[in-house]
Amino acid sequence: MALEKPYLDVPGTIIFDAEQSRKGYWLNQFCMSLMKAENRTRFKADERAYLDEWAMSEEQKQAVLARDLNWCMRTGGNIYFLAKIGATDGKSFQQMAGSMTGLSEHAYRDMMIAGGRSPEGNRYLGEDGDAQPQHQPQGQASPKGPH
Amino acid sequence: MARITASVYTSHVPAIGAALDLGRSGDDYWKPVFAGYDFSKQWIRDNPPDVVFLVYNDHATAFSLDLIPTFALGTASQFQPADEGWGPRPVPVVYGHPELAAHIAQSVIQDDFDLTLVNRMEVDHGLTVPLSLMFGQPEAWPCKVIPLAVNVVQYPAPSGRRCFQIGQAIRKAVESFDADLNVQIWGTGGMSHQLQGARAGLINPVWDNRFLDRLIEDPADLALLPHIDYVREAGSEGIELVMWLIARGAMDNASKPIVKHRFYHVPASNTAVGHLILENR
Repeated sequence: MALEKPYLDVPGTIIFDAEQSRKGYWLNQFCMSLMKAENRTRFKADERAYLDEWAMSEEQKQAVLARDLNWCMRTGGNIYFLAKIGATDGKSFQQMAGSMTGLSEHAYRDMMIAGGRSPEGNRYLGEDGDAQPQHQPQGQASPKGPH
Repeated sequence: MARITASVYTSHVPAIGAALDLGRSGDDYWKPVFAGYDFSKQWIRDNPPDVVFLVYNDHATAFSLDLIPTFALGTASQFQPADEGWGPRPVPVVYGHPELAAHIAQSVIQDDFDLTLVNRMEVDHGLTVPLSLMFGQPEAWPCKVIPLAVNVVQYPAPSGRRCFQIGQAIRKAVESFDADLNVQIWGTGGMSHQLQGARAGLINPVWDNRFLDRLIEDPADLALLPHIDYVREAGSEGIELVMWLIARGAMDNASKPIVKHRFYHVPASNTAVGHLILENR
């Protein structure tokens, strides 16, 4: 019998469960290696060569090279692991989180100062909140223009 | 006899640690966050613990995907602050209490909670930021610390009910330790936040404050809340709040606690900051 996964209908959210963890094992272990300064140096010197040392899928490597954190997450990445890439790039957690929304760094920071993203319309897929698929990406890149 | 006299609850946002370490706690952005802990710093000077039993989660620091323990009890004599990618926080070494930790391990495991015991572990912001918020920037931490790292990174985290029950088992264990120790238990993490995806930045102050109310008034009922409610209402990383139920379970649940302090603020980076101090009557 399949496991119950009641979290699949939360918009703009990937829950890092055992299945994602299995898919993302090597991607996340690569991220973990960046906690050592010598590995950060080697990675920065030749990203592709460093990634090729890991048993990651080609798609995972492309997602890392593109610094597309949503793509990384779809292929099994976990945000706490992916944060090691951000740290290597000198990015704050807020910059990383904001990068996944499509909002500019400034717009994301302003949203947080104004009280953050409302849960209204963002609880279930199919509602009309700003995190719903039909409203992506947010911010300047959105076809509807800035919110 | 050792006893648990009080519990402290607080968010453990890494940016709070960075703000303190970089001397930015007086900035307009950070001032209201730290002001929420002014009372707490005085309170803990007036009520110094011998040991803090500190419930937190590791953020892919000590535990990679090679090993994912649900409840990991730190039984070592010391724990080094970890390099999380930005260099280690400039905070003192954390000294454990191996005798009490070993005693708790034996008691709690015999009460059917299958702990993982850790004799070597580095500790990340999840543990050191709460210490900084409560104690400021001392040369050395003024008490011993027993870490309990809870898995909330890979779903599923332990249930709220399981967390509440392990808290009760921890209380029983502490109370059967012969040395006369003042022990506090801290539950950390939360409150509402989501760090990933298009829904990143989610904050739900109504839900958070209701959580605080229920944690104080009716924690056994709050402990029945399913994981999906945390995810949907408080964001994917809001699930960290189950750890607060461990600290609450370790309080004397025969009578209502005294609420010494309550604080709530939005934002600290991506996160809503919540903070409570409860004393046993």
